[in-house]
Amino acid sequence: MLTDATAATDKIRCDACPVMCYIKPGAAGACDRYANHNGELVRVDPHIVLERTVSHGGRLVPFQATGDWDGKIVHEPSVFVTAIGAGTTYPDYKPAPFIVSSEIDGVDMVTVVTEGIFSYCGVKVKIDTDRYLGPETATVRAQGEAIGHVTTSEYGSQMLSLGGVHHLTGGSKKEGRVTCEALMDLSNCKPVELTIDGGATVVVQAGYPPIVNGVAEERMRVGCGSATIGMFAKQWHGKVDEVVVVDDHITGVLSEHQAGKLLEIPDTGIKMKGRRSTPGRYFQVAEPGTGWGGTMISDPLSVLGPFDPRTARPGMTMLMVSTTGEHAAYYELDAMLRPVEKPMPADLRQSVERIQENCEPALCTVLFMGGAGGSLRAGVTDNPVRLTRSVKEALTRVTSGGAPVYVWPGGGITFMVDVTRLPAGAFGYVPTPALVAPIEFTLRLSDYAALGGHMDHVRPLASLKDNTEIRQMPPQPPGPRA
Amino acid sequence: MSRAPQIRFLADGRRLHLQDGPIDLIVEARGSEANLRAAYDAAARRFTGLLDELCDELKMLRLAADPARCLLQGAVARRMHGAVAPFAAWHFITPMAAVAGAVAEEILGAMVQEVRLERAYVNNGGDIALHLAEGQRFTVGLIDRPDQHGLMRTIIVDADDPTRGVATSGRHGRSFSFGIADAVTVLARTASQADAAATIIANAVDLPGHPAILRIPAHDLQPDSDLGARLVTRGVGELSEREIADALEAGNSCARALLGAGLIEGAALRLCGETVSVASRPVNPRVSRGAYQDGMESAEHV
Repeated sequence: MLTDATAATDKIRCDACPVMCYIKPGAAGACDRYANHNGELVRVDPHIVLERTVSHGGRLVPFQATGDWDGKIVHEPSVFVTAIGAGTTYPDYKPAPFIVSSEIDGVDMVTVVTEGIFSYCGVKVKIDTDRYLGPETATVRAQGEAIGHVTTSEYGSQMLSLGGVHHLTGGSKKEGRVTCEALMDLSNCKPVELTIDGGATVVVQAGYPPIVNGVAEERMRVGCGSATIGMFAKQWHGKVDEVVVVDDHITGVLSEHQAGKLLEIPDTGIKMKGRRSTPGRYFQVAEPGTGWGGTMISDPLSVLGPFDPRTARPGMTMLMVSTTGEHAAYYELDAMLRPVEKPMPADLRQSVERIQENCEPALCTVLFMGGAGGSLRAGVTDNPVRLTRSVKEALTRVTSGGAPVYVWPGGGITFMVDVTRLPAGAFGYVPTPALVAPIEFTLRLSDYAALGGHMDHVRPLASLKDNTEIRQMPPQPPGPRA
Repeated sequence: MSRAPQIRFLADGRRLHLQDGPIDLIVEARGSEANLRAAYDAAARRFTGLLDELCDELKMLRLAADPARCLLQGAVARRMHGAVAPFAAWHFITPMAAVAGAVAEEILGAMVQEVRLERAYVNNGGDIALHLAEGQRFTVGLIDRPDQHGLMRTIIVDADDPTRGVATSGRHGRSFSFGIADAVTVLARTASQADAAATIIANAVDLPGHPAILRIPAHDLQPDSDLGARLVTRGVGELSEREIADALEAGNSCARALLGAGLIEGAALRLCGETVSVASRPVNPRVSRGAYQDGMESAEHV
C-alpha cells in the first residue's frame, strides 16, 4: 500500500489494481473493496458483503475472519460462524442501492434499485436527570415532527420511547423521514435535539450527559434531600448536631426527619423556609437553578430562618450539603445563635465525599430495539420459525454488530442492544423509511443444518482469509415479511 | 505487487465469477458441457490482463469524448468511445460512461467467438451483455424492494428482438450521476450502448436548481473522477408528486429521443417510487406470483 506524497490532503493512493485510485478519507475506491480509513488503506468488502446481504432479503454469509468476535466457536475448524448482517464497521457507511445478479422466479437477471429492512424498530432513551423534561405521554419531537413520546420515568432518569412503526410509516412522509434520521443518529451515537411538548428541549447523545435547556447535566444526585438523609443519617449520627441536605425537589433536615427520630437525634430549633411536606421534608425551599442542589441559591443559609432560641444553643454544629455533594459547608452557632462557617471536620468531609462518590455521572443511554422479521430470517433458513425457536433455545446466539443483545421472550426475534457497544457508524437507513442495523446469528454448523440452513452457501473461514469474498449474492425466496 | 484476477465459480457451481480491481462479472452460459468449458476458459483468458489494457489508456478514457474521432487503441476502449460518441456533441460524456457495458460485451464476445452457445450473459454489476441463439430468450427482472418478494416488472428479450444489452444507471450506484433518478434501466443493441444511454437518460431525470437536491463536485468525492468539478447528485430531499412527474418527464423525453434515433430499444425510469417507461414495441405483461407486472408499454405511466 502506498501513501501518496501529497499526504497533506489525507488522500491516499491505492495500488491494489492498476486503476490506482486516489481515495479520500472516509471514501472507497472505484472497486468499493478498498477504502481510506483515517489515512490507512483498508479492505472493506467483507463488511460490504454483510451489508448487501441483508439488504436484499438476507443471505447466509460467513462472518469475517478478523475482528472482535469473542465466540470461541469461530476457531473450531469444523464449525463456521454464520452471520447475516447489515451495516458495517466502515465509518459513515450508508447502504446504497445496488445491483445484483441472480435468479429469482425463473428470471435470469435482476436489477435492484433500493432496499430496506427494520421497519419495526425504535430506540429507548434513558436520560439521567431529575429535571422535569415533560409530562408522561407528551409527544417528543425532532425538527418539529413527532417521533415518539415520554414514557414512565425510572429511578433518577427520564425515559423516552422513540420511533416504532407508527412514526416511521404511519404518519406523513416527513414524519417518517425525520424519525428515521433521528433513530439512525441516536443509534450511531450522534447528538440529537429533542423537544418535548409542554416540557424541555434536550440534546441526547448516547454515552454523554444530557443537555437540558442548554445546560449539561453532570451528575445524577445521590437521591433527593430526604433520601440522602435516610442514606447517611447513621454516618452523621454523633458527629454533628444538624444536617440540611439542600435539593431542588425535597430538602431534608436530619433532626426532624424520620431517620433522625429513629436515631433519637434531638431537636435543634432549626427553621426552614419552603413548604413542609412531612417531618424533615421540605418542598420549594428555593427556585430551581444551577446553585446548591439544583436550586438558584449560592448561600445555603438563605433557606434557613432564625433558630428557635428555646431549643437552640450556642456551639451547636450543622452540616449543609447538596444532593450531589458538590456543595457543602460546616457551621457552628455563635452566642447570638447565628450560624458561622467553620472549617469542616475530617469525618464530615468524608461523608460529603461519600455523597459525591455515590452520584453517578449523568448519561444518556440509547437502546436500539428491533424485530428480526420473516424475510430476514428467511435469509438464514428456509424455515424461518426454526431460527426463532433456535434462538429461544439458546442454540443460536444473536449479536448486533458483534455486541451482545437482549432477546425478548415471546414471539419473533425482538432484541435490544446498547448502541455504544456497536462499531462506529453501524446503523444505516433506507428511504422506505427503515433502519438498517446489523444482526448476526451464530450457531453450530450441525444445528444450522438441522434448522434448514442454506448449507450450499456456507463457506469455510479459511476461504475468507485470501480476501476473496463474493460481492453478489442472490435475493431470497419468499418468506413471511418483516 | 502481485495481482491476479479472481476467476472461480459461485457456490451454485453454474455461474462464473470474474473479478479484477473494480471489474466484477457474473457469467453464465447454456450449451453442451464441452462448449461451456471452452466458453468459460475463453472468458477467463480474455479477462486476464483486460484491466491493465484499460488502465494503459485510462487518462484519455477519462477525458470528454471527441464525437468525431477516436485516438484510443484498445478494443474495449474503442468500443467505449463508440458507445458514447453519439452523445458527445451535445453532452459532456467520457468513454468511462460505457466501461462496464463494454467490458461485459468484450467477455461475451470472446465466449461466443470460441464456441456455439445456446445463450449466455455477462453481467458487469448490472450492465449486462446478452447472447441468444435462435429460439432462445432471457427474462430480465427489475426489483425495487429486495426485502420484499416479487419483481416490479419483467422484460423478456428473445432472439428476434434486437436487444443484446441491458444497463442501469442512477444516483445510487458506484458511478456518479448529474441527475436524480434512482435507476434508469435501458435496453439497447449492445451493452456498451445501453450503458452510455442509461447514463445520459439518468442525467436528464433532474430538477435543475431544486433546493432539496444536494450536489457536490465529483472530485470532492473521488479525487480522480472523470467528472472533475462537475456537480453530482448526493442527496434528494422530499419532492412533491408534481416534481417527481416533471423530473421523470424530462428523462422520458430524452429517452424518447434516443428511441427515435435508434440508439436504444427501451427504457424504464424510476424516481421516488414512480416509474415511467418507453419501448419500441409493447412487451407482453408476464404475471408471476407475488408481484404486479407490466411490460414496458410505450411511454406510459405506471
